[in-house]
Amino acid sequence: MKLHVFAPVALAAAFVALPAQAQTEIQWWHSMGGALGEALNGLADQFNASQKDYKVVTTYKGSYPESMTAAIAAFRAGNAPHLLQVFEVGTATMMAAKGAIVPVATVMAEANEPFDPKAYLPTVTGYYTDLKGNMLSFPFNSSTVMFYINMDAFKKAGLAPVAPKTWKEVITAAEKLKAAGQQCVYTTSWPSWMHIENFSAWHNVPIGTKQNGMGGLDTVFTINSPLHVRHIAMLGDMSKKGLFTYAGRTNQGDARFSSGECAMFSGSAGAQAGIKKAAKFDWSINFIPYHDDVAGAPQNSIIGGASVWIMGGKKPAEYKGIAKFMSFLSKPAVQMQWHTSTGYVPITQAAYEVTRASGFYDKNPGADMPTKQLTNKAPTANSKGLRFGNFVQGRTVIEEELENVFAGKKDAKTALDDAVRRGNEILRQFEAANK
Amino acid sequence: MLVAPQVAITIVFFFWPAAQAVWYSFQLQDAFGLKTQFVGLQNFAALFKDSNYLESFKVTAVFSALVAFFGLSISLLLAAMADRVLRGAMAYKTLLIWPYAVAPAVAGVLWAFLFAPSIGIVTYVLKGMGIDWNWILRGDQAMLLVVIASVWKQISYNFLFFLAGLQSIPRSLIEAASIDGASPTRRFWTIVFPLLSPTTFFLLVVNIVYAFFDTFGVIDATTQGGPAQATQILVYKVYHDGVKASDLGGSSAQSVILMIIVIALTVVQFRYIERKVQY
Repeated sequence: MKLHVFAPVALAAAFVALPAQAQTEIQWWHSMGGALGEALNGLADQFNASQKDYKVVTTYKGSYPESMTAAIAAFRAGNAPHLLQVFEVGTATMMAAKGAIVPVATVMAEANEPFDPKAYLPTVTGYYTDLKGNMLSFPFNSSTVMFYINMDAFKKAGLAPVAPKTWKEVITAAEKLKAAGQQCVYTTSWPSWMHIENFSAWHNVPIGTKQNGMGGLDTVFTINSPLHVRHIAMLGDMSKKGLFTYAGRTNQGDARFSSGECAMFSGSAGAQAGIKKAAKFDWSINFIPYHDDVAGAPQNSIIGGASVWIMGGKKPAEYKGIAKFMSFLSKPAVQMQWHTSTGYVPITQAAYEVTRASGFYDKNPGADMPTKQLTNKAPTANSKGLRFGNFVQGRTVIEEELENVFAGKKDAKTALDDAVRRGNEILRQFEAANK
Repeated sequence: MLVAPQVAITIVFFFWPAAQAVWYSFQLQDAFGLKTQFVGLQNFAALFKDSNYLESFKVTAVFSALVAFFGLSISLLLAAMADRVLRGAMAYKTLLIWPYAVAPAVAGVLWAFLFAPSIGIVTYVLKGMGIDWNWILRGDQAMLLVVIASVWKQISYNFLFFLAGLQSIPRSLIEAASIDGASPTRRFWTIVFPLLSPTTFFLLVVNIVYAFFDTFGVIDATTQGGPAQATQILVYKVYHDGVKASDLGGSSAQSVILMIIVIALTVVQFRYIERKVQY
């Protein structure tokens, strides 16, 4: 009986599938769930509708580490996807896998598709380019860390609803908020990304030697400098006084701000969409605070998010299709659509200009703040990004040590010394494996 | 010949992966497997140099001891109670068996919600009592949370076996003791408990293996090994390093060590503790 019910469906499916055979399929594995996934599928659909030769098939493979693991397993089994979305901390691992990937610049050049790495924001290009200036992966979704405040809570505490600019001002405001009965004063998402990685770039101090690891695999972490120690000690002290509430290692802080529980919050620019939907109060998005006695601060912040890697060992026709798809994704109009529908930053100067001209930023005040923060100054060796092998493990080490400080178990100096020592062991391991 | 299929299955599904883990543990490989070097015992040496790996041993020991102890004692108590219930015994037993049908990850999420630092119901009550509940930052509380979730999940299983064990104890023995004037507590400790020892022993082995391996889902869904490394048990570290961080060599070395521990533990249990068990 069951067979009878499904037979027509199967037959229909067979017919529908037939015409697709003539097209060259391009498999794209990604990690964009929910609304972001819909936006990504929208891009693929538009590309598929715009021509007949190629078909981009998107597959959601779970979180960033999950899809990367899936792709690695698939590669080892000999059936990797054509395109893979990899988060920024996986960049070094991908770059080192020379036989597994093809640089985007090479694919574009061989297909005679125009491609100009200089069109991208310098902080974006820097992140995905090797020292010789070859762009290795295609920048896709980029964000940066921003500082949000609950303006209603500020007013309730008798403060002007303006975001503090320096950490000194943050503490003053925090004390007033606390005194006014605010339960959670300040919280953060992505503690390592905000308080170590972006903190370093924003103050123009190195995270590691060799241009934050971009200059070679023999890099070592330098996050136990006096400035780092001072900053983490300050957070530990805030935690003790109840001025800082630790929320967890990923984006758990987002919900604690949008629910109104916490009055100040640092998190991804991509958190805007969620806050817009959930927040029942007036809020603003601002530059992250800095220590005003540090010369040159604030510098510029660095990106987070992901880029698209082209996997090796595919057919020439498929690479041609990939090049066409990359060209499509590079169009300012497409970039603008992605930027405005997701909250990720526009990654090319042209897309930013187009979006500004469309009046989007007038209607959505603050939406251009992430771009302004990323381009605050021309990036230095300390602020164009970072590239550390096995940084998934490295970040975990940093986060574990930060948690020790926030819980009052270690002082900042000891914890950061330990983070450097343990982190360097991971870097040496990676160096040995990729010689 | 008749056991050949079974032997084949054992080799393909148990020995082969195990041998592969041992093989990988001697290698240093990049994530994509493009470059492989034979490094001998270097992966192991690196692990034992790492104070945090040793810390993970301690965490695992504490965690398994807590899970096994509470899992066994609570379910024994429940089973002893259920054994005496006359009315509604069926409903009571069914309710107690339910948690076993819940996947570890779901159990973890359930408890994580109840105890969530800002929105959890239990947190709210605890705050009312003046207890600062924040397992996201406090290691001891995180440990407590994963122990509660893991124990809760395992109680039904233990309960079933204890109940069956209790019901197989001849009534006449207990009745004879009560005629002699032994109190219920005394009857339990001198008659029931020793007669139950084969069951208890079996459950002890099962529970320790459970705490070592199956609690992975609970931890992944709640603390993910944090805060700091307060709940990072060995098997979770294997997963994190191998799957999330694609460090195959180090992760394989860890699983080989884990394998050795479990083999050793089982041998010890069968050789020494089993002698004290009265069948």
